[in-house]
Amino acid sequence: MSERPKLTRRGLLRGFGTATVIAGCAKPTAEGAAGETAQPEDLPADVVAIGPGAAPLSLEINGSVRSLEVAASVTLLAALRDHLDLTGSKEVCDRGACGACMVLVDGVPMNSCMMLAHDLEGRSITTVEGLAIGDTLAPLQSAFIAHDAAQCGFCTSGMLISATALLRTGDSKDRSSIAEGMAGNLCRCGSYHHILAAIEDVAGVQGGA
Amino acid sequence: MEPFTLIRPRTLDAAQTRALGAPAERVYKAGGIDLLDLLKEGLARPAELIDLRSLGDEHGQAMRALAASDSGWSVGALNTLAAISASALPQAYAALREAAGSAATPSIRNSATLGGNLLQRPRCWYFRHRDLHCLKKGGERCLADGGENKFHAILGGGPCHIVHPSTLAVALVALDAQVEIIGAEGPRRIPVGELFALPRVSPTAENTLGEGEVIRGVTLPAAAAGQRSVYEVAKEKQSFDWPLAEVAVALSVEGGALRTVRVALGHVAPTPWRAVQVEEALTGQAPSAELFARVAALATQGARSLGDNAYKIPLVQGLVRAALHRACDVPVPA
Repeated sequence: MSERPKLTRRGLLRGFGTATVIAGCAKPTAEGAAGETAQPEDLPADVVAIGPGAAPLSLEINGSVRSLEVAASVTLLAALRDHLDLTGSKEVCDRGACGACMVLVDGVPMNSCMMLAHDLEGRSITTVEGLAIGDTLAPLQSAFIAHDAAQCGFCTSGMLISATALLRTGDSKDRSSIAEGMAGNLCRCGSYHHILAAIEDVAGVQGGA
Repeated sequence: MEPFTLIRPRTLDAAQTRALGAPAERVYKAGGIDLLDLLKEGLARPAELIDLRSLGDEHGQAMRALAASDSGWSVGALNTLAAISASALPQAYAALREAAGSAATPSIRNSATLGGNLLQRPRCWYFRHRDLHCLKKGGERCLADGGENKFHAILGGGPCHIVHPSTLAVALVALDAQVEIIGAEGPRRIPVGELFALPRVSPTAENTLGEGEVIRGVTLPAAAAGQRSVYEVAKEKQSFDWPLAEVAVALSVEGGALRTVRVALGHVAPTPWRAVQVEEALTGQAPSAELFARVAALATQGARSLGDNAYKIPLVQGLVRAALHRACDVPVPA
């Protein structure tokens, strides 16, 4: 066998993502599955309908407005990852149980896998990509590095989002209130102590590890 | 998820007009937490989701309100659990704030609403399994009966043995809340307990809402003088877990004796479960550790283990005691 083509894991996944997007876009017009009606008939004036096929949408993400076309059933997480190339938010459980997909919506942490992208129109979204300013990491990101708070790193973006919100609200007075605020984020590697220590460090908790 | 159309009505009337006549095809949506779960699992396949958060009429305003009213407090159905948990609800209604602050995770509580919490479908693993056809899905028998039933009901008598998943309902039953429902024929108001139906009445639905009906909110009646209320829960995990058992208690102490006692149990029956015998045994008595220890056993009268869930009997009795101790400021004996 000759030399193998240079494939990175991310490049490969992105390739799949693009193929899926193209297939997904073609679907509604080509076959129009269960939802059938492209545009519900006889809509009264006080009702707006979106979908079921791809419909235009503007989202404010990390300070800039992005335009896309997605079906009504596309989650915010899928829109970010598959349509806007923002792959920092991770898909893990896809049921709101793990927190890896977390983003800030108007400053409030939410599970992007359990929201429809179209429901976020007019809201301000911050993903993990929006935490740094240019090449300068946010203090929390630096603290995660300093405290070795990531092993596999899959939970890290959700942890950073949750912790960012926690630090802003000031509910980070001691380790137990930080742990309570971070209760929606799971880390399968078990890096919790390092993660909590990094947050404590930034929060300036007395007696922090 | 299967494709669907997202419908945004401006008025409740428009929402109900849209929903009527197609109950499984057109479903209401609020925070969407349980609904997206059901859609992703293929347990619901509606053609349209009708978003109640887009309502801009007076009903929409009432559904977002959380305020004192002439006769107590009103909590609109679109309030998130986070908003209820952090609300200015007086201490007399603390059980509702505590329950709202305990469910799910901090981030889910930022999306999940009161109405959705009351109307979420059960967490029974047979019901939630897309390939299994159990009694709740119109099948012939309850698969938990003789199956894996660690998290199932000890009360309620079957024939389906789910436990009701709503944590807020337990607090609302203890607080004697009324549910305000808007239907095609106008509004109606019922005690929150009547929102839920036992499986022998209604094996496939957990609530008594009619077609197209919407929960606008709940009303907490004016608190009795010196009313206290608390919520206690036991879970396997501290976060993103439904309770193993939970208890809400509301009571007041008048002249050294317990008055207007209401005790509600959760995750032990297919509906929130009022422990009437406990309430009767407490009323008129002076609060004490001995009394609480004695009455706790009454909470589970008639309870039956399905095989794996016998632990819930002492567990919920213990939670009743813990709740009573905290509500009455009686120290737990060493």
